[in-house]
Amino acid sequence: MANLRPPYLATAALSGLLFGAGLYVSQMVDPLKVLRFLDFTAIPSGGWDPSLAFVIVPAILVMFIAVRIGRRRPAPLFDKEFHEPEYKRIDARLVGGAALFGVGWGMSGICPGPAIALIAFPPDGIWLFLAALVAGSYAGSLIVPSGHVKRLADAK
Amino acid sequence: MESFTPLTAALGGSLIGLAAAVLWLGNGRIAGISGIFGQLLPPAQTVVWRLVFLVALVAGAWASSKLFPALGVGGVEPAALVPPPATWGVPPPVWLIVAGLLIGFGTKIGNGCTSGHGVCGLARLSLRSLVAVLVFFGVAIITVTVTGIV
Repeated sequence: MANLRPPYLATAALSGLLFGAGLYVSQMVDPLKVLRFLDFTAIPSGGWDPSLAFVIVPAILVMFIAVRIGRRRPAPLFDKEFHEPEYKRIDARLVGGAALFGVGWGMSGICPGPAIALIAFPPDGIWLFLAALVAGSYAGSLIVPSGHVKRLADAK
Repeated sequence: MESFTPLTAALGGSLIGLAAAVLWLGNGRIAGISGIFGQLLPPAQTVVWRLVFLVALVAGAWASSKLFPALGVGGVEPAALVPPPATWGVPPPVWLIVAGLLIGFGTKIGNGCTSGHGVCGLARLSLRSLVAVLVFFGVAIITVTVTGIV
């Protein structure tokens, strides 16, 4: 299988390392810092922390360039094809799912990347949070399936 | 704005973008954490690279916190979760469980989180991801306003 070859797995490892380092360096591993961005009520008093915007914009720009480079290539370096997302439609599941995620994110200041990165220096409560994250994701998988073929069929 | 850290934010953000670029151009995969993580659960089909990525993500956070401890949380400052607003009277574990369930379920049925829709989706100029990003940022901002958690 292509996705068990060393270059493929090394690429996954390099990407994970960079991602984890980026989350720490940007301090997005600090839930309070994330909440201080989401707290727009602090804008008039000058207590708002716009850092998150300074994280996501460069991240998007770098990835934007990579997407452009990818469009000129028939395939990625270590696989047969670019795995474009199966789902294309804007529907109730997308909007409802994003809204539920928004509530949980606003309650905690933790999105899935930082939740996992926090295992590196685990705060009290992180394992309980991760267990709930797994349970919630599993419940969602009863609605949105895993696996390319099933997802393609479901997306129709 | 004493806590505003634009330089380390932009540096960290560039590393996250580079991580997404490496995974896309190398393996043709979207670096969306909820997707990489969520599709590990049964009936998972591709387990090994997802586990390798997630273990490396933890290792990257750990190693950078040891190399540059002065940056703050995870380095010189211990990481801490944020307690629920005192006036709500909700026990912290209950608050955490509800938040975790909503994030797990919401990112699964919405097919993405801050990384998959936010970074990769917007970079791919996906209208679907733009809608998701506007909804989850909007709802999160409203949630923080209503709860007064900060």
